[in-house]
Amino acid sequence: MVRFEHVGLRYGLGSEVLHDLTFRIDPHSFQFLTGPSGAGKTSLLRLLFLSLRPTRGLITLFDHDVATLSKDALSTLRRRIGIVFQDFRLLDHMTTYENVALPLRVIGHAEDSYREEVVELLKWVGLGERMWALPPVLSGGEKQRAAIARAVIARPQLLLADEPTGNVDPTLAQRLLRLFVELHKSGTSVVIATHDIALMDQFDARRLVLHEGRLHVYD
Amino acid sequence: MSTTDARMQPQPRALEGLPGAADLLPRFETPIVPQATISGHALVAVIAIMTFLASLTTGAVMLVRAAASEWQADVAREVTIQIRSTVGRDIEADVAQAATIARAAPGIAEVRPYSREETARLLEPWLGSGVALEDLPVPRIIVVRIAAGSAPDLARLRQELGEQVASASLDDHRGFVARMRAMSSAVLAGGIGVLLLVFAATVLSVMFATRAAIATNRPVIEVLHFIGARASFTAGHFQRHFLQLGLKGGLIGGGAAIALFALAELTGGRFAGSAAGDQFAALFGGSSIGALGYLAVLAQVALIALVTAASSRYTVYRTIETIH
Repeated sequence: MVRFEHVGLRYGLGSEVLHDLTFRIDPHSFQFLTGPSGAGKTSLLRLLFLSLRPTRGLITLFDHDVATLSKDALSTLRRRIGIVFQDFRLLDHMTTYENVALPLRVIGHAEDSYREEVVELLKWVGLGERMWALPPVLSGGEKQRAAIARAVIARPQLLLADEPTGNVDPTLAQRLLRLFVELHKSGTSVVIATHDIALMDQFDARRLVLHEGRLHVYD
Repeated sequence: MSTTDARMQPQPRALEGLPGAADLLPRFETPIVPQATISGHALVAVIAIMTFLASLTTGAVMLVRAAASEWQADVAREVTIQIRSTVGRDIEADVAQAATIARAAPGIAEVRPYSREETARLLEPWLGSGVALEDLPVPRIIVVRIAAGSAPDLARLRQELGEQVASASLDDHRGFVARMRAMSSAVLAGGIGVLLLVFAATVLSVMFATRAAIATNRPVIEVLHFIGARASFTAGHFQRHFLQLGLKGGLIGGGAAIALFALAELTGGRFAGSAAGDQFAALFGGSSIGALGYLAVLAQVALIALVTAASSRYTVYRTIETIH
């Protein structure tokens, strides 16, 4: 599904923040991406969801060399990836319902075909009473859940989550992890970037550990 | 409570589960591009002001153009026959004969010889009153007005006058018309130059204001991009929104200019026939920019709206390029 071969990344003329990464993410797999702050987890996630281009090496996504794809083809690939941003990136002028439904609207689905599904998911993540609320009045945890709901609503083949439980209490964190596990069981490959050792201990999964820009894989 | 505040509150859910409850489910009603933003209002204001200024310049150029062509037409519609005072010739008889020849020529609307008294009055500002013109070799003039739409054979008229009235000469004001044409062309060229500068300034300020407004929406563009929206989808939504802003600003500015021109036309019409009105008309050829002027203002409004929309589209594409 995803293949990195000798991938390196540097910002501008600075030194490399990621060195010689070679790994695979298989279909239907589940992995935690962890490492100390500044190790390059967010940079690696950005490479995975195509918001950065590597300075060297080869990235293959869904059997496509991303360096050779057109912009429209990259957009099509992105539709197969769900992303949960660390800073949520909800659109403040849209309601929670609209934010979550946005990926389906973008790909041109009729609202009648997804309305109930979006409402059901919002209820599942505990936002059933906040569907009409705008993000500025949501708490950090509510924004987190809305961001997760938006990432999974289009049933992506690959889900990338950057510290998805950073703003929620342990009970809710466990519930969100269950959502990710359910998605994994239904066929989605999941990559969760986290510092939360307790969260990782709750589910036996592959660990990708970044340290000083180098990746160590523990299957 | 504002609309936004109202939307922040949970909706009543007492009817959930009952028939028709689906209607209580939320709907996707918010446009992709935020509508009432400060940058959007600022952009409308910039477009309105610049469209107003550009429209005023367009109207002024139309007025100058109309006045210049009217000045030329007025001068070109008139020729003058001059009868010199010659020893041994009866100047009155020469004037009468020259007038007869002119009246007989085709394409002439009116022939008006100036009498001795009228000639004296013409010279009064320079010679003072009470001067005995009989003692001076003062020439006499005949004003010949050419019929509208006709082109009389002035060369033939000049030849006939030369053959039959030796002291007569025909002045068709060719040199004056040429100078007038050069002057009015220069004025018109200057006006068009100013119009082009104002229009360039309008386009540039609208483009920069649009870019600034798009910059405040960068988070929206980024999110759409990351969830898989094609650039054309995002650019299309922004283009539609900014076309509306452009039309709104353009119609405010252009509408204000049109109202001002209509008021000037109305006021000019009310003063027509008065001394001030006649002086104004003589100088500026009237206060109406005409149907063409109003059409030009409307075309400007449309063009500025299109520039706004195109700028937004281009800026969205550029923004998406920089996200990588």
